[in-house]
Amino acid sequence: MSNRPPPIRHTFRRTKALKIVPKGEKVMQFALLIYHSPEEFAVRKNDYNDPHLGAWRGYYKALVEAGVYVGANALEVPETGTTVRLREGKRSVQDGPFAETKEQLAGFIILELPSVDAALEWAARCPGASIGAVEVRPLAPEAMRRGFTG
Amino acid sequence: MKGSNQEDTHRTVERVARESYGRLVAYLSSHTRDVASAEDALSNALVAALTTWPRDGVPKNPEAWLLTTARHSLIDVVRHQQVASASEPTLLLLREEPKEASLSAEFPDERLKLLFVCAHPAIDPAMHTPLMLQTVLGLDAVRIAHTFLVSPTTMGQRLVRAKTKIRDGGIQFEVPQERELPQRLDAVLEAIYAAFGIGWDEMAGVDQRGQDLAEEAIWLGRVLLQLLPREAEVRGLVALMLHCEARRRARRAPDGRYIPLSEQDSRQWSLPFIEEAERHLAEAASRGRAGRFQLEAAIQSVHAERARNGRTEWAAITMFYEQLLRISPTLGTRTGYAAAAGEANGPEAGLAVLDGINPDDVSNYQPYWAVRAHLLQRLGKASEAADAFDRAIGLAEDPAVRQFLLQRRG
Repeated sequence: MSNRPPPIRHTFRRTKALKIVPKGEKVMQFALLIYHSPEEFAVRKNDYNDPHLGAWRGYYKALVEAGVYVGANALEVPETGTTVRLREGKRSVQDGPFAETKEQLAGFIILELPSVDAALEWAARCPGASIGAVEVRPLAPEAMRRGFTG
Repeated sequence: MKGSNQEDTHRTVERVARESYGRLVAYLSSHTRDVASAEDALSNALVAALTTWPRDGVPKNPEAWLLTTARHSLIDVVRHQQVASASEPTLLLLREEPKEASLSAEFPDERLKLLFVCAHPAIDPAMHTPLMLQTVLGLDAVRIAHTFLVSPTTMGQRLVRAKTKIRDGGIQFEVPQERELPQRLDAVLEAIYAAFGIGWDEMAGVDQRGQDLAEEAIWLGRVLLQLLPREAEVRGLVALMLHCEARRRARRAPDGRYIPLSEQDSRQWSLPFIEEAERHLAEAASRGRAGRFQLEAAIQSVHAERARNGRTEWAAITMFYEQLLRISPTLGTRTGYAAAAGEANGPEAGLAVLDGINPDDVSNYQPYWAVRAHLLQRLGKASEAADAFDRAIGLAEDPAVRQFLLQRRG
């Protein structure tokens, strides 16, 4: 680490990303939506020896230890998906994922953080960001979510 | 023929914009405090240059041409606004114009004032560097957003807000009084170094952006040095950046692998940069007022000596860190001190320093975990080391650093 210049950058970033949320301060929940390319999915399908396993393990540990982790899960490859629609009373069932894009949803992580800046910082550290892409999206307000779940 | 002429003109406009952008914005906004309008006026002038210069030829003094055109554009804007209160300062400027017309080649360099405005205590510290990059160097909000890991829309809004504050918040375009100068200067130095630090981290990756930013930061440092040649800390900062920059090529193997400082081939370090850094450091030291940046540069200077004698004097580095801790006990300094103490006095000594840091402060701080992992590994504490490695891996952003740590973890 002595290879870096004495890291003022972190002082700078600290002003943006709070690590400890004081009592009473608002926190938001964010979803990190992780997208992979077909090539990346192919690796997963052929054998479950994920070459990025060590990176993911470290990332998970760092999230939990920083106290920001709410939940996460990985998804099966997109071909295993089945998409259902109901239009004018008629069912339509389609093989495969909903969207026909090259990069597909591969998993998600839910984090609790004080700001979108902090969420972007964690997204940049996510192994998925260098493998594919990570979308950061705030969860809907809690009142709305409570409406769903009763 | 015409095409190549146009290309030449494009290049000329680009060069003039690059060299004069900050000077023009600083001068145009120093009276009105309206940085955003000055930038708009200047970009109008640059667009006008792109259409008229190919037709009429590049003017003898392109900078003066841009200044005059930008002023006219600024006056037009004010006329259209028709808001008496807001246009007052600009009308003052308008009245000054006849004087201006005679001074075609020279106009005062107000960049120092602009730098102090960007790093003004009334401005959110997180915006100091983005403001400098935009107003002095002319980088656009999208590019700045990438660098600062913020969405382009958000960065645009934050820049607008900061500039509104400069215009309406009574922030003066002035060089601070002697009494205030050290503290105010420190904010300017921090902002420039933050740009360099981000560039340094990004530079590692494949893309050109980080390298550019590190170069821009050094350029800003040189501008500041030219404006304040007697300030030792400015020299310290330039020396520090040059020492780091000297090692750029050695930080990555040809295949992109990360190479830690201790394993770098010192023959790949840039001697001209090291020598220039040393000159600045010596000049700063002769002024007899040590400061944070001079001490950080001194640490890098000790590292650089390995290029000459093949050794690293860890005891000297530890000593400089001890001085640095007295004036700047940041997390970064304490972690660096732990690493140096670990080399000079053994891993236990390094760990003792790390154990003195509040664990809550480091849950987000990657270098702490990397140093901790390294020290624990040297002590043969395999499982504790693996744990620390995981934290360092999880907090790393650079895939090459991640890969390096994964290998070390085993």
